[in-house]
Amino acid sequence: MSDTLISEVETLKDSGVFTTNALENEAIYIMREVAAQFEKPVLLFSGGKDSITLVRLAQKAFYPAKIPFPLMHIDTGHNFPETIEFRDRLVKELGLELIVRDVQDSIDQGKVKEESGKYASRNSLQTTTLLDAIEEFKFDACIGGARRDEEKARAKERIFSVRDDFGQWDEKNQRPELFDMLNGQIEHGQNVRVFPISNWTELDVWSYIQKEEIEIPSIYFAHKRNIFLRDGLIWSAEDDIVFRAADEEVKEMVVRFRTVGDMSCTAAVESHADTIDRVVQEIRDSSISERGARIDDKRSEAAMEKRKQQGYF
Amino acid sequence: MKVLKIATAGSVDDGKSTLIGRLLYDTKSLTTDKLEAIEKTSKQRGYDYLDFSLATDGLVAEREQGITIDVAHIYFSTATKSYIIADTPGHVEYTRNMVTGASTSQAAIILIDARKGVIEQTNRHFFINNLLRVKDVIVVINKMDLVDFSEEKYNAIKADFEELMSKRDYQDQHITFIPASALKGDNVVNKSENMPWYEGQTLLEHLEELDLEDIYNTGTPRFPVQYVIRPKTDEYHDFRGFAGKVYGGQLSVGDDVVALPSQTKSKIKDIYFYDKKYQTASRRSSVTITLEDEINVSRGDMLVKVGDLPTIDKQFTATISWMDSKKFAAGNKYLVQHGVNKVLAKVDTIHYKINPDYSGIDENIDGLGMNDIAKVTFKLNKPIFYDAFKDHRTNGSFIIIDTQSNNTVGAGFIQ
Repeated sequence: MSDTLISEVETLKDSGVFTTNALENEAIYIMREVAAQFEKPVLLFSGGKDSITLVRLAQKAFYPAKIPFPLMHIDTGHNFPETIEFRDRLVKELGLELIVRDVQDSIDQGKVKEESGKYASRNSLQTTTLLDAIEEFKFDACIGGARRDEEKARAKERIFSVRDDFGQWDEKNQRPELFDMLNGQIEHGQNVRVFPISNWTELDVWSYIQKEEIEIPSIYFAHKRNIFLRDGLIWSAEDDIVFRAADEEVKEMVVRFRTVGDMSCTAAVESHADTIDRVVQEIRDSSISERGARIDDKRSEAAMEKRKQQGYF
Repeated sequence: MKVLKIATAGSVDDGKSTLIGRLLYDTKSLTTDKLEAIEKTSKQRGYDYLDFSLATDGLVAEREQGITIDVAHIYFSTATKSYIIADTPGHVEYTRNMVTGASTSQAAIILIDARKGVIEQTNRHFFINNLLRVKDVIVVINKMDLVDFSEEKYNAIKADFEELMSKRDYQDQHITFIPASALKGDNVVNKSENMPWYEGQTLLEHLEELDLEDIYNTGTPRFPVQYVIRPKTDEYHDFRGFAGKVYGGQLSVGDDVVALPSQTKSKIKDIYFYDKKYQTASRRSSVTITLEDEINVSRGDMLVKVGDLPTIDKQFTATISWMDSKKFAAGNKYLVQHGVNKVLAKVDTIHYKINPDYSGIDENIDGLGMNDIAKVTFKLNKPIFYDAFKDHRTNGSFIIIDTQSNNTVGAGFIQ
């Protein structure tokens, strides 16, 4: 048996030692509120570092019982193969239930139209597939890994964020959240998006992954890759998912991905950080924000807010 | 890393966004791409200086109207601390936003425009931060550059504010005054060369040195049960763990505890945090507790130490902050969420309205509107287990939920 459990109070005293303990305790509390207040929660899993962190927090919240809700992946069909491989292995190792719904199906059913051209991406098409899946399974709470420090519209997001029948976010009429109390009362047809790591920064997530020795997909670490440059960003040229014009030249570079979304909207960064320690150091020293490599946010200043109003994560 | 949550409150145009922007800028917390976006938009709009509010006003409507509508959270860090700023706007729903921001903050910044001095809004900001017992209040007297960095002006505003302080209820609140110019960068992160007469700390120096006594950690241990963990596996066949967060004081293995409301006694057998057992669970830790005896405990119940019981009652009197446009009236029914416990509540008596500007009370009222603060007695359909807010921040507070809209329409602090 160990000594006193280190929590916020102790954490405050041990200067120099980085620990996300206060944030971890908050996230575990939120996970438990979800399990207690909702009938059919689901954890939205993308295979990215944030959702992998959520899985660890959910394990901690319910130990020694299994995580009492399934994982769901909205697969754009444009994921990095390393991410899919990782997803399947994690689910198997932890004995979790995984639901996969494909954007390709929504396209085939004519519900959404594939974008074309230079900046074509399936990222915003995910919304339709997600909303259909929520309706299909009657999910009343969807746990996601969004963080307030990512983007300024997200900085306005609640921990329990109510969505209407159409999955819409009413940003001007949000419930106030006071103290630790989370109000999960909803009407039939509504659902709640839950963000347990709202208050974490990118560095908090990486430091947690480091401290907890959580395994993440290999593309987060520096590796050699065939790439091409466009608008000052580095794009993968390993396959034909990212549209590449004839005059955009392919070359080899040592890169890593700082955020892992749909391949068509996620750019790489030049990096030699090939271990978790080096990645943490790199993030600490970085002068560019995480979403600086996400072309989907660069479409306009309000890109994220607009997508969220439509039901995007 | 230490985490410090700060709430900021201010009036229109007193430079709150500029102050936050200045903190971010001078601590080099704005990343190149965000800074470039601010530069680009500021230029497009023909401003002479960088408009830092563009970094914090995240909604289209906010940028269009040039105002902050909703609480925003801003994150930055120094070598020793992580900061979370809850930026609370002072418009239509001002009490709602300020009460929300103050409820999770350990410190608050109140901004005063040096040209205008203490105004009605300042009274309200101070009143609410005092009502919510925010431990540290930093009064930043901003725009000093527009009053020629005058020491006399600063002292006059300080004296006005000190008069307010004499009326406050929570006397132990720690209050600091800082003369500053957020626009020019005086006394925010870097020391001002324009005000040699000020010998105190800059805002950031002060924040860096704040004693981080946890805002929730007052009072005695309370353990509201959030969720019962029953693995139903061969290995943990009889396991019944009570998952929750420890508030107030700490709990240890072997402690004699009482489960409420049944008042059944038992002893703490094990304390789990994930797959490890611990001797003691500190305040604010999210643990799982098992008991020596098989007693009936479910969500909403509470474990407390023997001989240290909270008040168990079907009614209470509280100061409430009303946040909805629908009228709050005697006889109305609401859901009251106290911690993780929800009960039906009926408004028994509205004793009086409290003017949140220290101008007294109003007893002649037939109901409450948005932004009103009042003393109210509720009757409940079943007992809850509470402490007074002044003794126990967590176990003495609650939210009010509208049974039709399901919205959170108010918050209260039990007397």
